[in-house]
Amino acid sequence: MSQLAGKAAHHATAERIGARKASNRRSASRASRQFTGARPMVLILLLALLGALLLLSLALGSAMIPFDQIVGVLLSGEADQPAWTNIVLKFRLPKTLTAMLAGMALGVSGLLMQTWFRNPLAEPFVLGVSSGASLGVALVVLTAGAGGGALLAGLGMAGDLLLTVAAGLGAAITMGLVLLVAARIQSSVTLLILGLMFGYLVAALVSLLLYFALPERIQAYINWTFGSFSGVTGSQLPVLAYIVLAGLLLSAALVKPLNALLLGEDYARSLGVDLRLTRIGIVLATALLVSAVTAFCGPIAFIGIAVPHLCRALLASADHRLLLPGTCLAGACVALCASIIAELPGNNLVLPLNVVTALLGAPVVMLVVLRAMRGKP
Amino acid sequence: MTAPALSAQDLTIGYRRRSQGDVLLAQGLDLDLQCGALVGLLGPNGVGKSTLLRTLAGMQKPLAGRVLIKGQDSASLTAQMRARHLSLVLTAAPQPDLMHGYALVALGRHPHSDWLGRLSEADHRAIARAIQAVGADDIADQPLAQLSDGQRQKLMIARALAQEADVMLLDEPTAYLDLPRRVETMQLLKQLARSTARAILLSTHDLDLALRSCDQLWLMSAAGIVCGAPEDLVLAGHLGETFSADGIRFDARSGAFLLDTAPGPRVRVNGEGAAAIWMRRALARNGYALTDESSAIEVRQRANGAGQQWQIRRQDRASEHATIQAVLDALESEGA
Repeated sequence: MSQLAGKAAHHATAERIGARKASNRRSASRASRQFTGARPMVLILLLALLGALLLLSLALGSAMIPFDQIVGVLLSGEADQPAWTNIVLKFRLPKTLTAMLAGMALGVSGLLMQTWFRNPLAEPFVLGVSSGASLGVALVVLTAGAGGGALLAGLGMAGDLLLTVAAGLGAAITMGLVLLVAARIQSSVTLLILGLMFGYLVAALVSLLLYFALPERIQAYINWTFGSFSGVTGSQLPVLAYIVLAGLLLSAALVKPLNALLLGEDYARSLGVDLRLTRIGIVLATALLVSAVTAFCGPIAFIGIAVPHLCRALLASADHRLLLPGTCLAGACVALCASIIAELPGNNLVLPLNVVTALLGAPVVMLVVLRAMRGKP
Repeated sequence: MTAPALSAQDLTIGYRRRSQGDVLLAQGLDLDLQCGALVGLLGPNGVGKSTLLRTLAGMQKPLAGRVLIKGQDSASLTAQMRARHLSLVLTAAPQPDLMHGYALVALGRHPHSDWLGRLSEADHRAIARAIQAVGADDIADQPLAQLSDGQRQKLMIARALAQEADVMLLDEPTAYLDLPRRVETMQLLKQLARSTARAILLSTHDLDLALRSCDQLWLMSAAGIVCGAPEDLVLAGHLGETFSADGIRFDARSGAFLLDTAPGPRVRVNGEGAAAIWMRRALARNGYALTDESSAIEVRQRANGAGQQWQIRRQDRASEHATIQAVLDALESEGA
């Protein structure tokens, strides 16, 4: 009897608690729909910034072209002076689009690597892509026989193309090897170590080639390692664009497993993620993105490691459905900034791209990350 | 009786090694896990509890035999189909940066959502139910980095609940938690097994708590696995066998492991209620043999002994003491 009374009292309490919990539940689900804590407005701001940088990149250069003429070229394909049309369409537009594509590709592949390896220091090149590309370039530049003389004399159009093909082949072969290993080896850490060791191995081979090479050839190789967005011609641009687009689409298809991977591989599998397929997808997407960029622009450092951190801090979210478009936009912005600054507006001097990305970018990222750290335990 | 939610048939678990031959941890296991029951997997360190859980969860292949999920061979299921039937909680709760409680629990909906992981109204309801079931409403909107181990583990359990799988496997989910949190977690799991008709299997080293909370125990030793109600296993002496070690024995009367010391002087406690229980524990802790024989020294609880609650009575003399410590000291100094 007393037990029954107790039960009734318990029920009454339970109902009160239930009512309170129901109101909590409503607020909880409302919060989730706004990506709890995230700031999607940042994406819109990034998009606006990208638009501004794009116009700035087209407007600035060694030749002064009035801003309304730039807009005129973009809208009607014609400026008052044919030279201006030529400069904008043949030089500035390809360079600007290349910088955007490269920034997107490097940012996104950096995000993939950092999430997959669960390591904030991972970057697009950890799997050895740039090493493979540099070996390809080194082989062409440093060992080119009789035909190499002309190549090195001016590094003309044909020379550029040859370097692109060599770097692309080097990168593609490396990524093919990594992909083969990734399909068989389960541990991502093992793959990370193999990639790093492969990088050392290839760096040693390149050093060996450099050691026995002629000084002027070494200079040509070093020029390639500086990185540049200006080497891509209008006819090569679609190739770069299609490969990067394919890599980005593949990455977009991976956002759900990437989110699950935030809990580690064991939990991801228990949530229904096919680890092998995901691993192959991540490596393939990275291979496409990084090989294409390295082949056309050289080994561009810093953007791949820094942009994902920048994005996490700006968006305050770990959700890849936000981070992926975020790294795309931020990567493009950072690359455009670097490209604009490297040309030193109002001056004929051009700085090496890799110098600018790291020299200006590293302090900015330090500030952002330190600011994001504040307020955390 | 319905088909078990999870069963093992002639299962052999262990690791394949290339050179020195396979490491076999257990062979020929036949196990059934029924819905609505909380089952505790107990066994000494290194006996293969985690390997068994990993094999049952499909994270590693059995060396022989098969695992059936609702009568279907687990090996024939895709990762996603398996995830709809089976959820998992591991010892350490991961701590991803910049993630909130709700987002963590929402990951549990992965096996049910589309390729982008978009959540429907029904998904949100399932998440809210799971959060409510574990009592995590107050921490759902907080960043994981600001939560304690216990709170994060609670959310991990909510995530497993939101997965809406019939079977939940937990590998030492309470190992990093303090005692009240462990009791709370076990009670939660027991209640969840009942109210949501799930089959919950957890490995633990917390023998006492498992004996008090689990509907069934699987005792794993090198010889294999013995299943049954906790009390039956205690009475049949299986618990003692499984954890037998030099100098330690399982006392079926108290349900606890005792240091196997030489029996000390015999003492009879005369009293009732909490005070008498704790007096007995104090005496047992100090190596006295508790007995009912009248020939022994008697420690008597005095009903109206203002300030002097305890009386020690021997054949020839008696003394009075205020605290348990005083009684122990007196017994010690008099050489019992």
